[in-house]
Amino acid sequence: MNSVMADLSHAWPEVYILTMACVLLVVDLYLTERFRFVSYLLAQVTLLGAAMLTLGQMGGEGTAFTGAFVHDAMSDILKLFIYLVSAMVFLYARDYLKARNLLKGEFYMLGLFGVLGMMLLASAHSLLMLYLGLELMSLSMYALVAFNRDSPVASEAAMKYFVLGAIASGMLLYGMSLIYGATGSLDVATVAQAVTDEGVKGQVIRFGVVFLLVGLAFKLGAAPFHMWLPDVYQGAPTAVTLYLSAAPKIAAFAMFIRLLVDGLSGLVADWQQMLAVMAVLSLAIGNVVAIAQTNIKRMLAYSTISHAGFLLLGVLAGTPDGYAAAMFYTLTYAIMAAAGFGMITVLSRAGFEAEEIDDFKGLNSRSPWMAGMMALIMFSMAGVPPTVGFFAKLGVLEAVLAVDMVWLALAAVFFSIIGAYYYIRVVKVMYFDEAADESPLEAAVDTRIVVSANALAVLYLGLFPGTLMAICNAALGA
Amino acid sequence: MIELLIILAKIILIVGPLMGAVAYFTYAERKIIGYMQVRLGPNRVGPKGWGQPIADAVKLMFKEIVVPAQSNRYLFLLAPVLSIAPSLAAWAVVPFGDGLVLADIDASLLYILALTSTGVYGIIVAGWSANSKYSFLGAMRSAAQVVAYEIAMGFALVGVLIAAGSLNLREIVLAQQGGIWHWYFLPLLPLFLVYYISGVAETNRAPFDVAEGESEIVAGFHVEYGGMAFAVFFLAEYANIILVSMLVSLLFFGGWNSPFEGIWGLETLFGWVPGLVWLLVKTSFFMFTFLWLRATFPRYRYDQIMRLGWKVFIPVTIVWLLVVGVAVVGDLPPWWG
Amino acid sequence: MSFERILFYLFAAILVFAALRVISSRNPVHSALFLVLAFFTSSALWILLEAEFLAITLVLVYVGAVMVLFLFVVMMLDINFAPLREGFTRYLPLGAVVALVIVAEIVLVLLRGFDTLSGGAPAPKPADYSNTRAIGEVLYTDYLLPFEIASVILLVAIIAAIALTLRKRPGTRHQDPGKQVQVRKSDRLRIVEMKAEPRAGRAES
Repeated sequence: MNSVMADLSHAWPEVYILTMACVLLVVDLYLTERFRFVSYLLAQVTLLGAAMLTLGQMGGEGTAFTGAFVHDAMSDILKLFIYLVSAMVFLYARDYLKARNLLKGEFYMLGLFGVLGMMLLASAHSLLMLYLGLELMSLSMYALVAFNRDSPVASEAAMKYFVLGAIASGMLLYGMSLIYGATGSLDVATVAQAVTDEGVKGQVIRFGVVFLLVGLAFKLGAAPFHMWLPDVYQGAPTAVTLYLSAAPKIAAFAMFIRLLVDGLSGLVADWQQMLAVMAVLSLAIGNVVAIAQTNIKRMLAYSTISHAGFLLLGVLAGTPDGYAAAMFYTLTYAIMAAAGFGMITVLSRAGFEAEEIDDFKGLNSRSPWMAGMMALIMFSMAGVPPTVGFFAKLGVLEAVLAVDMVWLALAAVFFSIIGAYYYIRVVKVMYFDEAADESPLEAAVDTRIVVSANALAVLYLGLFPGTLMAICNAALGA
Repeated sequence: MIELLIILAKIILIVGPLMGAVAYFTYAERKIIGYMQVRLGPNRVGPKGWGQPIADAVKLMFKEIVVPAQSNRYLFLLAPVLSIAPSLAAWAVVPFGDGLVLADIDASLLYILALTSTGVYGIIVAGWSANSKYSFLGAMRSAAQVVAYEIAMGFALVGVLIAAGSLNLREIVLAQQGGIWHWYFLPLLPLFLVYYISGVAETNRAPFDVAEGESEIVAGFHVEYGGMAFAVFFLAEYANIILVSMLVSLLFFGGWNSPFEGIWGLETLFGWVPGLVWLLVKTSFFMFTFLWLRATFPRYRYDQIMRLGWKVFIPVTIVWLLVVGVAVVGDLPPWWG
Repeated sequence: MSFERILFYLFAAILVFAALRVISSRNPVHSALFLVLAFFTSSALWILLEAEFLAITLVLVYVGAVMVLFLFVVMMLDINFAPLREGFTRYLPLGAVVALVIVAEIVLVLLRGFDTLSGGAPAPKPADYSNTRAIGEVLYTDYLLPFEIASVILLVAIIAAIALTLRKRPGTRHQDPGKQVQVRKSDRLRIVEMKAEPRAGRAES
């Protein structure tokens, strides 16, 4: 009994989220339609409580559950950001869902279970836990994408997501089983040990790593495994796209670190090449194809692909500085993405989806403040100083240059400049085009405040990136 | 080689009496239900109709098996085999006394559960391959029903194995030694009821016989079958009834333990009765209740069956599993003190 | 060749055959039934490996429950598979080439790696060894967390399935058994008192 308590002492936030999700499951059953906001409040309280618990156990370290679960500085930071981003997502989604009669407790339940999956990914320390955390997160997301049952587009998106996701899981599992076969262990630390000892089995491990990377790249949305991403982002209800685009990226980053860095750092020369190819492809496809898009959700989906490329650049540098830069990039990207899609939900209202770039025409005349915020987000995504997007890109490029991969850095800069075009086009449309629709925005006050704060955070972090950078450095031992 | 012969002899020793029991169980069914409905039942063949099952068997054996023209021939003929094979194979692990068992395997309860759950393939395949709408309706009903009741049944058995601490049927019976108040039907009363009723549902017997449903879908899944093929389905159904009755006696009623154990006077008075007799007496009683149910209750409506299975039985078993778990772990009196 | 080895090859052959038929059979119901056969034979193989708990559970879960539901759905489908196969021959050459290249690559990579992995057969366990107990012991200690998370995944699957399919349509006849049971005579039955009708066709006198 005592050993179980010792194990749990590292996992209180997870236990709490699971318990609260089950409580929400029961409470929601007895709520009438009018009191549905209680589910929303309960979800927010859950995230807040989990944040308190995580803050309370900051600084502690250790593994639990016979090595399957690890609690360290990185897991704490990632979890805190997962809560923060998810809380914002839940808020932005609320009014959007309500206007479409989709505000059901299940959205928040599945959201919380997804958060639990992400937390487990952040703390996973065995191949089995990585797989289970990933499945928990993905399953919640498949269901959320299909959440609006009456929309054929959403159903199609969910179907594509589910089928391709299942294939990716299969790849991942195959890779894991090969690694297990070669090393005889599911535990990440033991695998790392076996990899450094290497010997004749190295070939099998490398073979497994290929499949592992395919699965990981799919989940992250890196080219050439990105096909699902634009369709899913466009087809899913915007509230769900918002959810998909933000926090899961943090979990995907955690997965890369746990598997490649914690487990397979002995093979860095092997996965570095593969990541380099994927990074360049992601940057190219993401930035070039985005130019042709007229749908802003689809455009942001391609932008996600290009950002995935940057994240991979940071990881493939193979140095603690690179990992820290990638972590910084991921965290700030999650915030930017939440703000970007949050803005789309702010502009949407009952019976109207602000999905086309044209819907942003003349936003400046309708709401100068919101237009300013949107411009800020777009500049940050493009990487214009002094927003945080600039520093994130800078950090990654520095790390890449530090390991003498000049051509990679050049490619990244080149494609970022191409990418700047389509972000700035949105800004141009907002400020210089005539509005087709003059009606004022309908978003609730708290949503507006948080979206603004979210966008201003992008600026703030850009002006003062030091603290977050220091945290990332500390977490990854740079 | 000699080992194989011994095993073969054992199998014959089990299957032979089983077939006889099935034959005379059909006779008992017609007689008992007849008396319950103030009729005489079969009374022409032999004294009091005792020759009736033999006559039926002979008749069925010489009848032609008609394969419907548009049916799926192989599956149509495979279906009766799929139906009878699991219901006979399950008997391999049933203990008739301490050590009187064909295969004393470690997870025998699980084995029985697995085999009884595969019996439904016979029904589904029969219903589908005959290419008749009545058959198909019967198969559909049966598939949904079996899945629904399987879960409750499995949970009820989990309660038994928590209580006994073993998956082995022999050890489960031994764990119930020490008198009638130690038999599991008392501490596990809700699970016993759920198991017994699920057993009735699993064997497609009245009042859960919607898969046959003579009055709505003629004879359900076996409407196109005749002759020996039909008889095989019949055999499987009755063998299953006997199996469920025996399992109820083993799992909840102390198996071959005497009901007078621990009672002064009666214990020594009935000490000479072999355990097998007690087991058979208990089994016969539950077989009788199957007939009793059929003569008493009207058929359940399909949606009500589903409701009972999913919304009543499963919650009941889950709650009682918690109770049993707490009692066993906490050594709570009166049964686990 | 020992008896067990003969059994192994027998079951393995059936398994491979059944698995091939699952994907090559034209009739989806046949495919599903071959899948059942495949599950059965693989469970037999597990029994040869002395993993009887897993083997029986495989039959119980996959054959007894999952495949029954599967058949339930497949039997009701009325899909004409001809249109689905239309592109098959057209894409076959390309697909075959890609598949061959991948297989060749895999073989080349693994030829050098796997030959050292053969560990030989595990030592047979003593007769009183209970692998049910062994699995139970590691499942609830070493693998507690993965086990619990797997159950959470199943819970999410339930929630997702219900959230996506349950909807209350207006106009369906729905009965509440609780209400039906609570019905009293006075709710349904009204006794009306009325005068007796005079018999027709006879003059009052």
